[in-house]
Amino acid sequence: MTEAIERDVMEFDVVIVGAGPAGLACAIRCKQQNPELMVCVLEKGSEVGAQVLSGAVIEPSGLDLLFPDWRDDPPAICVPAVKDEFSLLTAKWKLRLFTPPQMNNHGNYIVSLGGLCAWLASRAEDLGVEIYPGFAAAEVLLDESGERVIGIRTGDMGVDAAGLPKDGYTPGIDIHARVTVLAEGCRGSLSKQLISRFKLDEGCEPQTYGIGIKELWQLPEGRVTPGLIQHSVGWPLDSRTYGGSFLYHLDQDRVAVGFVTGLDYSNPYLEPYEVFQQFKNHPKIKPLFEGGEIISSGARAIVEGGLQSLPKLELPGALLIGDSAGMVNVPKIKGTHMAMHAGIMAADRLATSQESTGWDAAWRSSPWADELKQVRNIRPGFRRGLWLGLVNAGIETITFGRLPWTLGHHADHSSLKLAAESDRPEWPKRDLPPRDRLAGVYFAATEHDENQPVHLQVSDTDICITRCREEYGNPCTRFCPANVYEMVEEQGAHRLQINSGNCVHCKTCDIKDPYQIINWVTPEGGSGPNYQGL
Amino acid sequence: MKVLVCVKRVVDYNVRIRVKPDGGGVVTDGVKMAMNPFDEIAVEEALRMREAGHVSEVVAVTIGDKKSQEQLRTALAMGADRAIWVEHEEAIQPLGVARVLKALAEREQPGLVLLGKQAIDDDCGQTAQMLAALWQRPQATYASEVVISGETVRVTREVDAGLEVIDVDLPAVISTDLRLNEPRYVKLPDIMKAKRKPMDSYTLPDLGVELPPLVERLETTPPPARTGGFKVESVEELVATLKEKGLV
Repeated sequence: MTEAIERDVMEFDVVIVGAGPAGLACAIRCKQQNPELMVCVLEKGSEVGAQVLSGAVIEPSGLDLLFPDWRDDPPAICVPAVKDEFSLLTAKWKLRLFTPPQMNNHGNYIVSLGGLCAWLASRAEDLGVEIYPGFAAAEVLLDESGERVIGIRTGDMGVDAAGLPKDGYTPGIDIHARVTVLAEGCRGSLSKQLISRFKLDEGCEPQTYGIGIKELWQLPEGRVTPGLIQHSVGWPLDSRTYGGSFLYHLDQDRVAVGFVTGLDYSNPYLEPYEVFQQFKNHPKIKPLFEGGEIISSGARAIVEGGLQSLPKLELPGALLIGDSAGMVNVPKIKGTHMAMHAGIMAADRLATSQESTGWDAAWRSSPWADELKQVRNIRPGFRRGLWLGLVNAGIETITFGRLPWTLGHHADHSSLKLAAESDRPEWPKRDLPPRDRLAGVYFAATEHDENQPVHLQVSDTDICITRCREEYGNPCTRFCPANVYEMVEEQGAHRLQINSGNCVHCKTCDIKDPYQIINWVTPEGGSGPNYQGL
Repeated sequence: MKVLVCVKRVVDYNVRIRVKPDGGGVVTDGVKMAMNPFDEIAVEEALRMREAGHVSEVVAVTIGDKKSQEQLRTALAMGADRAIWVEHEEAIQPLGVARVLKALAEREQPGLVLLGKQAIDDDCGQTAQMLAALWQRPQATYASEVVISGETVRVTREVDAGLEVIDVDLPAVISTDLRLNEPRYVKLPDIMKAKRKPMDSYTLPDLGVELPPLVERLETTPPPARTGGFKVESVEELVATLKEKGLV
């Protein structure tokens, strides 16, 4: 049905996929440097910020560069960092540890990254950037040779579950641009295709990820300490699994709480969502939340591979910035500043010439590449467990990353042990809301028109009911934070049921599925979570 | 014939509504807002009338703060020809809206005023009726089908007993129900074009309208929290439990 369709074509100088911090910083800087430039930003969420989720404590240097006066009119949630705490949790106790220097947040701000993006978008529109929320960039357009990106195609609207047009079917349009900037965030669906097609990751270590689950809470009066930043490692994870919690105290009696679990975990029975809930119900943490209510919640994968996993950042006609590429400083637990600076640096080049050539080399000789180089061995050091990881992190920190080696990663989808060799974790009973994942996903306000093609494409569901069931016990039913995947038993036979309407677009399934048969593609534009203040 | 379509900026239907801790209304700061879904149906119907040749101009109107212009832009992107923004910061009640619309109807002389049967924020469902009374024109509410023929319009109304079909003379006021149509998807190039479509703005003094609040809201409270359920083992236990709770 795609062949005979006549599509509108729009022409821009620069098209940016994704209205996150990288894409918006790039768009803003393009217009600041060259107001003549025609810049368009596409965003799959129903509005800017609706599908942005981060901790988030940010370094404001990128914001300072774009808008030196931003503090006069700050984004909706913006609390100056006051104090850092780093702890080790055991099942019953919380032990304060020395705060690693990377985690010192003096001069930083706790924000809602979604709120910051909405704020950036309104500034960008004032500068003349065309921002289109509710439109997913569904396909990359290549020239006749297939060697050069010439733009993107937005997703068709009004297609039914069988792939046939409904009443009101509206074909997507082609947006041609001299350069396409991929700023989709972690595991972007177009970036994934292009990285593979153009072999941008040749010679790189495999990318590795984490899954972050977050809730924003409204607490009874007087409990929060605005500006307090608390992190923990240890329980509920065992010492072989990487991860930790964050608890950021905001203003107006609100806290942001979340837990990141490294997706290189090995136990197929692990449920990252349950790990997060257990953390909240820890005897030293739970009193903070009792009597409060959840405002919003969601989940998102995070790139953790660092410099050694960073693909080549350019291909003919397109470039990668931010988490689409993997620009996160894991020990700092920060990527927003890197994303914004990458957007700004790319824009400084695009303002004069809309060519992608040279971007990779330019970024790799920037201070941001140095920042990632210095910490490159810290995350992989945790592969041998929490204790050796902490010792290695200490050594790497003292030596500023100057040791002459670079540690590698394994792909997350290949790190699972067989179910037969693994134990089911046993958790204490807990009583803070939400009761389970379905109750939790309600706070993500996620919405997908039921009558549309399933956007989680499983290429071979036979594997699910045979090999995966036997070998790994269907880990998709546990790693998904939104209960999208269920194995249903009907008359003695098993069947995979995909509740795609629950999907919060975190991309964990695309990453962790051990057979790599799940492909996350964009649903109809505007579908997905509608986060508030995440 | 000209159609005036009224749209309202409301909290998006996907958003989980939260009541302010002090009971003074619902939280709207940082909350996703959208066009009232019934008004979207009204816009769609007006556009279909224009496409069918019954209507020459579709004018979208809203009353609200500067941000409510976003919903007018949505109406323009769907296809409305021009927009009217009546600037007003505070919350507004149905009679006030009806007075503003009456003033605009007198200026614009539309053949038809289309609006949603109710707004999903206050659920009043009164504006269309009040406007018809003030403007002294016929009304057809809860429309699930609208057919224009010459100087009259045949409207199928959704009523408790089923469907009621009435003919009304134009100009008239019609309020739209859910099953009237399914609004179109906005096309990306049309969003761009909408930015260049004309938008007139008025203040209440411009229109000679005053809006004293007539209804005082005492308190807003969230619905009581649901208490957890439990499973029963047998029909006997179910009946016993229901009896115990005085439910059967």
